[in-house]
Amino acid sequence: MLHATSIMASIDSTRRSGMQAFDYVVPKKVEEVITLLANGNGDARILCGGTDLLVQLREGRRKAGLVIDIKSIPELTQIKFDPEHELRIGAAASCSQICSDPNVIKHYPGLVDAIKLIGGVQIQNRASVGGNLCNASPAADSIPALIVHEAVCNIAGPNGVHTLPVEEFCIAPGQNALQAGEFLVSINVPTPKEKFGAGYLRFIPRNEMDIAVVGAGASVFLADEGKRFGFAKVALGAVAPTPLFVSEAGDFLAEKAVTRENIKEAARIAQSIARPITDLRGTAEHRKHLCAVLVERALDKAIERAGGQYAQ
Amino acid sequence: MPNKMHITATINGEEVQFLCEPRQSLLEVLRETLGLMGTKEGCNNGNCGSCNVTLDGMLVNSCLVLAVEIQGRSVTTIEGIATAEGLHPLQQKFIEHAALQCGYCTPGFIVASKALLDQNPDPSEQEVREWLAGNLCRCTGYDRIVRAVLDAADS
Repeated sequence: MLHATSIMASIDSTRRSGMQAFDYVVPKKVEEVITLLANGNGDARILCGGTDLLVQLREGRRKAGLVIDIKSIPELTQIKFDPEHELRIGAAASCSQICSDPNVIKHYPGLVDAIKLIGGVQIQNRASVGGNLCNASPAADSIPALIVHEAVCNIAGPNGVHTLPVEEFCIAPGQNALQAGEFLVSINVPTPKEKFGAGYLRFIPRNEMDIAVVGAGASVFLADEGKRFGFAKVALGAVAPTPLFVSEAGDFLAEKAVTRENIKEAARIAQSIARPITDLRGTAEHRKHLCAVLVERALDKAIERAGGQYAQ
Repeated sequence: MPNKMHITATINGEEVQFLCEPRQSLLEVLRETLGLMGTKEGCNNGNCGSCNVTLDGMLVNSCLVLAVEIQGRSVTTIEGIATAEGLHPLQQKFIEHAALQCGYCTPGFIVASKALLDQNPDPSEQEVREWLAGNLCRCTGYDRIVRAVLDAADS
């Protein structure tokens, strides 16, 4: 009885003290965020959807003295498409907002592939792609897709605004390249050219609401009426400490004919560069196998969307 | 030292004011401050859907929303789904199909299913299953739940 009571007491206190106390602010401008971060003694945290942050605060994996909710800054939640240049996704725009945007649906099906896989409806309605990026999980679904779209991060900080390619943004599991006082404002995704196509897919044991065992993104730009690769890009998730841009696989395909053999060789190259570990989601061996399968399929998807034609 | 904030929001159609600490989740405030015990705490980390509510019409896990975030916004919980005239058709169909066993996950399923039918009044079975992927039931399995939702959509 005593034992049961003490367990109940401990459950209760864990739940109630779930999150340590913090202050909460809702700035209206990017400049205010920079000031708040500068005054935050390093324990200020940016809140978008909270689907990672609140879990991490509750579990004590991160600490916050100040939570800065950036969802009231218009620039942070907007999605703007400029057909001449790029799509600009505000860092706090939710997955469901992005996946229901007509321009995103029309021009970026490869991004939608990845973003719509992040959690179920409840998570989609809150989680942001900016947050998915900043959380820097090796298995983050949006990141390989952003990499193969040549997406670029717009970062604001005490020294002004600068850009960083998405493939350089994650530096270790859970760690991103943001310096003290900086935060992610938006992500630019170049407007796809004609004969460009991209795709993302992942392997998971169930159909939804899971974390990638392996994820693969690919994009292609085709020449010669879709029979030859102009360029190709491949990126993998969950096979290295960070999402992995496998430039060698794409470089191999450049200028080559669209053939099954070439696609399989690119997939083999990606497989050889992946350095997965064995963990609760899968063994290194299984992940290696999946790399080749998924890269081939992701390339096929990209080629199909680019209007490609396979040579025999 | 807890610094409580004064929040005004619309909950189940009525204006509500409360004090809360920034660290308190919407789930915690609904249950412990406002006495709306229909919303359940399951995993408290966004996996199970037991705490589902709608926030400005969007389905969310209330364990992953800070209560301070609902300032000026509108929340519907399971308590806001039946009317004075009677149960919502989804609630009625859950009973008819015996789409529950212990019942703990049921408020979350009903709130989630209502959010689906509000935007897609005639979903396919596949659409229902995909939509409800974020709601876990550990008793019955999902077939009866899916059948109840499809039946409610028909009626």
